[in-house]
Amino acid sequence: MKKLSARRRHPLAALVVLLLALAATGGLYAAFAPAEKAQADTSAQSLAIDEGKKLFAVGCSSCHGLNGQGTSDGPSLVGVGSAAVDFQVGTGRMPAQQPGAQVPRKKVIYSQSEIDQLAAFVASLGPGPVVPKPEQYNPSTDPAKNAADISKGGELFRTNCAQCHNFAGQGGALTNGKYAPSLEGVDPKHIYEAMQTGPQNMPSFPDTTMPEEQKRQIVAFVRHTENDEPNPGGLTLGSLGPVTEGLFGWIFGLGVLIVVAIWVAAHTTKAKKS
Amino acid sequence: MSTTSGTSTGATTPSSTRAKPASKWEAAADWTDGRLGIYSLAKANLRKIFPDHWSFMLGEICLYTFIIIILTGVYLTLFFKPSMAETVYTGSYVPLDGIRMSEAYASTMNISFEVRGGLLIRQIHHWAAIVFVAAMLVHMMRVFFTGAFRKPREINWLFGAGLLFLGMFDGFMGYSLPDDLLSGTGIRFMEGAILAVPIVGTYLEMFLYGGEFPGQDIVPRFFTIHVLLIPGIMLGLLVAHLILVFYHKHTQFAGPGRKEENVVGMPLMPVYMAKAGGFFFLVFGVIAAVSAIATVNPIWSYGPYRPDQVSTDAQPDWYMGFSEGLIRVMPGWEISVWGGHTLNLGVFIPLMVFPLVLAVIWLYPFLEAWVTGDKREHHIADRPRNAPVRTAFGAAWISLYLVLLIGGGNDLIATHLHLSINSITYFVRVSFFLLPVIVFIITKRWCLGLQRRDKEKVLHGRESGVIKRLPHGEFVEVHADLSQADKFTLTAHEQPQPIELPAEVDENGVARKVGRLAKARAKLSEGFFGDSGQIAKPTAEEHAEITSGHGHH
Repeated sequence: MKKLSARRRHPLAALVVLLLALAATGGLYAAFAPAEKAQADTSAQSLAIDEGKKLFAVGCSSCHGLNGQGTSDGPSLVGVGSAAVDFQVGTGRMPAQQPGAQVPRKKVIYSQSEIDQLAAFVASLGPGPVVPKPEQYNPSTDPAKNAADISKGGELFRTNCAQCHNFAGQGGALTNGKYAPSLEGVDPKHIYEAMQTGPQNMPSFPDTTMPEEQKRQIVAFVRHTENDEPNPGGLTLGSLGPVTEGLFGWIFGLGVLIVVAIWVAAHTTKAKKS
Repeated sequence: MSTTSGTSTGATTPSSTRAKPASKWEAAADWTDGRLGIYSLAKANLRKIFPDHWSFMLGEICLYTFIIIILTGVYLTLFFKPSMAETVYTGSYVPLDGIRMSEAYASTMNISFEVRGGLLIRQIHHWAAIVFVAAMLVHMMRVFFTGAFRKPREINWLFGAGLLFLGMFDGFMGYSLPDDLLSGTGIRFMEGAILAVPIVGTYLEMFLYGGEFPGQDIVPRFFTIHVLLIPGIMLGLLVAHLILVFYHKHTQFAGPGRKEENVVGMPLMPVYMAKAGGFFFLVFGVIAAVSAIATVNPIWSYGPYRPDQVSTDAQPDWYMGFSEGLIRVMPGWEISVWGGHTLNLGVFIPLMVFPLVLAVIWLYPFLEAWVTGDKREHHIADRPRNAPVRTAFGAAWISLYLVLLIGGGNDLIATHLHLSINSITYFVRVSFFLLPVIVFIITKRWCLGLQRRDKEKVLHGRESGVIKRLPHGEFVEVHADLSQADKFTLTAHEQPQPIELPAEVDENGVARKVGRLAKARAKLSEGFFGDSGQIAKPTAEEHAEITSGHGHH
């Protein structure tokens, strides 16, 4: 102690004390501070957000703003969640080609990994619905359970979806050029995300009003009617109800019969044709 | 042509006193005739003549589809349960397994998936119904445009109109029976229409449905009306319709040797019997082929009816489509009268216009008869061009009907042509009033143009396609003179003169009183047969002058 005490007025003493204090503070901080924060900077999620931000700046920001805050041309994306991005970009609806009553489904221009990066960036803007996991929308592997799901899903579909999407998911008209699109060939994941996020003119069906299990049943029903079911009656005529049936009946029913009548009338036992 | 039916036949003479019958068949025929007296009936009618034209077979299509509908309908009644009692589905169609539904729906599912040939028979029944009503409409148009409704066929025109009206409603009730999501929506629509009737609407609704919608009664009641009441009346009307066709004899188009007093064509037996019989099987074949190829009314896709569910594309079958159009394009007007009584004009007005749309075309023959004052019989059918006002009226009516059909299918037109449903609705609202007028004007002028062309053909011959060069260098096309028969055919039609009002003052200089109705009639008559209504057909003198060598050709 004498040695320390003797040197306490040494010109460098203050510096040493300062270094020691800093080391102690830093050491204590390192020991007690939450570890995750420090690790986050190098994780894949952070990289995805960074990459997503770059993609967003190029492909989306002209309408949605550089930080996804929205402009006069596009809504704010704060809080829409990764499920909304995965649906809109994954079905080709976004980036939009032109303004109009509704943005149509078209060719997908981003790869799935790019879509994931965009989704990660938009999800980082605020909490929202997340992309569902395969077990949430895939059909049950148990055939009996799946059959029950399809029948239950059909009932739910007719109650919640058919009034716009038609009884067979063929879509239908809404006001002023808007429409409910056909569900033909839509990925089960995207059907699930659409229910969860309510894109464009569709209402959303969050888990609080429609539990996960019911969404899965609806997806099972749509998948069944679109893909698995052979139509027992022959041609479906678009599954559009009596309008196409009437058109078909006039053309291929009465139309053919009139042709037959002309044929019968033209073949007769007349001695000479008049 | 019916020959005069003999009054004294072999019916009273026992055949045994005569020489032995030549064959077993003759003996059998003799036996039957002795008891039923069918010989004179057969002799009078088997040689009945029918003129040959394809458009005269449209009525046959109606008759045969009606027979097909009855045959298949009988099969369906064997398995259908007209009950709204609730049951749980356990049939073979997996997507509806364990779903609650009515017995009516469950039994229709049973017909479609379990009964042998059930789905095909169901589809034949439904497709035949769709074609039946379409054929009736086209048949009616044929009769309308050729003026075949004129005396003595006015009553038969009304019988036909009745058949069309009943056919439409029987079709509506038929597709309402399975109690699926689509048909239930149709019955709900009907409930709304009945409720919109002022004062008695609610009482009528309670009476028909046996309480609040949907109740338990509507399907059994519709079933009885669909399979018994309406088909019974239709069968009666149909027989009356055919008897009158037989009695009046068929109309024919003008031509050499065809007069108001005769019918030129083929005898019923054997020619027409073979043709008509063969045509029945052709009709059945076409309907069966259509039914085997294309689905109609896929009730399994619609699901059972539940009042809390609805699907888009909820339209009626096509023949009710114009009523759907009326409802869809009508603004939703609603007024309150006498302190709280709601008058739902948005539904009530279309409900009232609905029968008017049909009545207008059905009553036209009587309007025409009144305007022309024609009391003579007509057995020669008009060519549409030679009755321009009538043809224009018919075309205007068709345009109105089609516009309403577009209104009824506005959502599908919107989605498939990428249009706004609102724009289509506004288009239909304007067109409902405007388009018939435009179509009337265009069709009338078109007919007049065709009349001018006929006149040109009679007077100057038809274009031969041979180009001749004259000595001075001019090119002319050689016109070939028509045959005598063609000239006759083109000029056979009558051209009535407009009615003239009596002079304003009589011989004593006293002003005559002319009623408003008479004035209106004269005005209409002028429109029908005045200078703007028809082109004077060429006369023999005109023709003689042109062909005498002094003319240009």
